[in-house]
Amino acid sequence: MAFGQGRSGGGGRGKKGDKKSGDKEKGQRRPMFRRRKVCKFCADKIDDINYKDVKLLGPFVPERGKILPRRISGTCAMHQRKLQVAIKRARQIALVPYVTD
Amino acid sequence: MSDRQYELVYILPPETTDQQVTELHEQVEQVVSRMKGQIEKNENWGRRRMAYEIGHYKEGVYLLDVINGSGELMKELDRRLKVMDQVIRHMIVRVDEEKRVIDRTRTKRQSESERRRVKRGLPPQRQPGEGRSQMDADDDGDDRFDGMEA
Repeated sequence: MAFGQGRSGGGGRGKKGDKKSGDKEKGQRRPMFRRRKVCKFCADKIDDINYKDVKLLGPFVPERGKILPRRISGTCAMHQRKLQVAIKRARQIALVPYVTD
Repeated sequence: MSDRQYELVYILPPETTDQQVTELHEQVEQVVSRMKGQIEKNENWGRRRMAYEIGHYKEGVYLLDVINGSGELMKELDRRLKVMDQVIRHMIVRVDEEKRVIDRTRTKRQSESERRRVKRGLPPQRQPGEGRSQMDADDDGDDRFDGMEA
């Protein structure tokens, strides 16, 4: 996963490297193997994000119980909004946790 | 104005017998019929593990009712369910509007695709064995979660 950290994690480390060797160009040309994220619901044409469908919601609620942010899951704004409502409803009837530590 | 549609989910303690379940469901039915509503569908999901404890219960019997009726009916039902101590949790959600939106988008997409296919000189429905296969080997959903450690 060395390349995966390239964008944000590499920022801090990159500064040190620049001062030492000045390989700025090299660092920028480094290919980024980041696959484009696609909204699951758009791709699979899922219209109905239902609070009863635990299997569907499961991947968007990681262990901690928080709702997975859009920047990580790649869900589009419209579907994230619907997902959020569905997860909050599912929480009320204990299908999905509020918190787990 | 036509009736609204609601979904009622309620959870009973895990040790509830089938008889008690039907009794409770009858109570719900009574309220619904008295307030001139109707139960469209009724499901029993059986015993399920809950995601968190509710009043020291770790499991619960889940029941779902789809009810057509007025807002007053649901208000009354909500009040009654709050009072019943054998119901450990309940939730009422209005669904008719969302359903309508879902149906609309679905039919819209269908007609759109049919229109496009006809334009390309194809039959309106997708033929078996046409297009990309359903699952690409390396596209099994894990790609949505990269960049996690960034």
